[in-house]
Amino acid sequence: MIEVSGVAKSFVLHNQGSAVIPVMHGADLSVAPGECVALVGASGAGKSTLMRMIYGNYTAQAGRIAVGDVDVASAPPRDILRLRRETLGYVSQFLRVVPRVPTLQVVAEPLRAVGADAARAEARARDLLAMLNIPERLWSLSPTTFSGGEQQRVNIARGFAHDYPALLLDEPTASLDATNRAVVLDLIEAAKARGAAIVGIFHDEAARAQVCDREVDVSRFTPERAA
Amino acid sequence: MTPLLQVDGLSKFYGQRIGCADVSFDLYPGEVMGIVGESGSGKSTLLNCLAGHLPPDAGRVMFDTRAEGMRDTVTMSEPERRMLGRTDWAFVHQHARDGLRMNVSAGGNVGERLMAVGARHYGDIRSQAIDWLGRVEIAEDRIDDRPRQFSGGMQQRLQIARNLVTGPRLVFMDEPTGGLDVSVQARLLDLLRGLVREMGLSAIIVTHDLAVVRLLADRLMVMKDGHVVETGLTDQVLDDPQHAYSQLLVSSVLQV
Repeated sequence: MIEVSGVAKSFVLHNQGSAVIPVMHGADLSVAPGECVALVGASGAGKSTLMRMIYGNYTAQAGRIAVGDVDVASAPPRDILRLRRETLGYVSQFLRVVPRVPTLQVVAEPLRAVGADAARAEARARDLLAMLNIPERLWSLSPTTFSGGEQQRVNIARGFAHDYPALLLDEPTASLDATNRAVVLDLIEAAKARGAAIVGIFHDEAARAQVCDREVDVSRFTPERAA
Repeated sequence: MTPLLQVDGLSKFYGQRIGCADVSFDLYPGEVMGIVGESGSGKSTLLNCLAGHLPPDAGRVMFDTRAEGMRDTVTMSEPERRMLGRTDWAFVHQHARDGLRMNVSAGGNVGERLMAVGARHYGDIRSQAIDWLGRVEIAEDRIDDRPRQFSGGMQQRLQIARNLVTGPRLVFMDEPTGGLDVSVQARLLDLLRGLVREMGLSAIIVTHDLAVVRLLADRLMVMKDGHVVETGLTDQVLDDPQHAYSQLLVSSVLQV
């Protein structure tokens, strides 16, 4: 479902003496439907960078990033937008929303975007918010004022609203208490069971061991730092 | 799917100076494109050329008209272009007073656009005006007030109602949230996003506010000295800008 091959990336900082910082080369990764692969490696090794490249958030200078039938590394914006709407979900560490939009709508939005009617999308959003222990009295409020942990759970609810065939999870269990952590791990298991291909970053080793089928060490793809 | 708008080699010069040079892009139905750049980068010139307010010196602006398919709006006759401006196109000005008739009531401002496309029944026009004032959160009892009795944010919302009442397919927006309080901006952003989703609108939004484009636009175009220096997915251009100027622009934003 997700096939990364020969991907390279460097940042060119034009306004800082055109410094070129190579961050990745020869990255290969293959994730089958129903499989969860953990990206591991020291901080700064490029876990998030690789994940962002798969999402099309960072450009890749070389190689191929196939998600379904779309090559994210070369596809025009329109195709990537469609891929993100229908196929590829991403739970980032930060919630970014339009101010004033109620939490329920924020969570229901990915389903509305793929054409679900309001009633079905909201019913799914209610289920997820209840499952993740967001008190019902908060559902009609914008999540911008929520605590960090609540925002993270809203973000997760949103990421799991639509049954994406491929999912990227950046620290989904960070800043969660034991109860909610278990709920998130159940959601991940359920997504695998329905055949989703998942790439995750987990600093939580127990969580990683529980849901991930294998690990890929991204420091293999880190270019040697030239002196 | 065919593009709604196809722009090819569009250029505008002010004597020796470049307004915008060799701009090309496609916009598809339902897509929202942001154009960012500092003042003087040519973004408003480009928008005005696209919307038929300024005659470009070169290039084509093909629009997928309902009746005749793709037509070049640069070479079509003035009455045809004006007809588009009243029906399929809408233009939201930065200063609401440029887009409103300040001596006509709020209801009249909305109704006028309906009458321009042939509506004649007073009751229908008034009820549509009330419906639209409601959608942009202006109370029904303000329908007979004039825009000058409204706050800046209300005037902007009234301008949006006036523009969208005829069900356009393409909306041009020039700094739609410029000069408004952040709380009013948030309300307007929420409104615009809802309308884009509900009506399946395509939009081109010129702004210098990167936070606004991140929330509203699918795609982004960065302009500098009249040239397009970078285009791409909005989050990609903002998070991994490639061009020196885009990098400067993104890194210059103050953190809140």
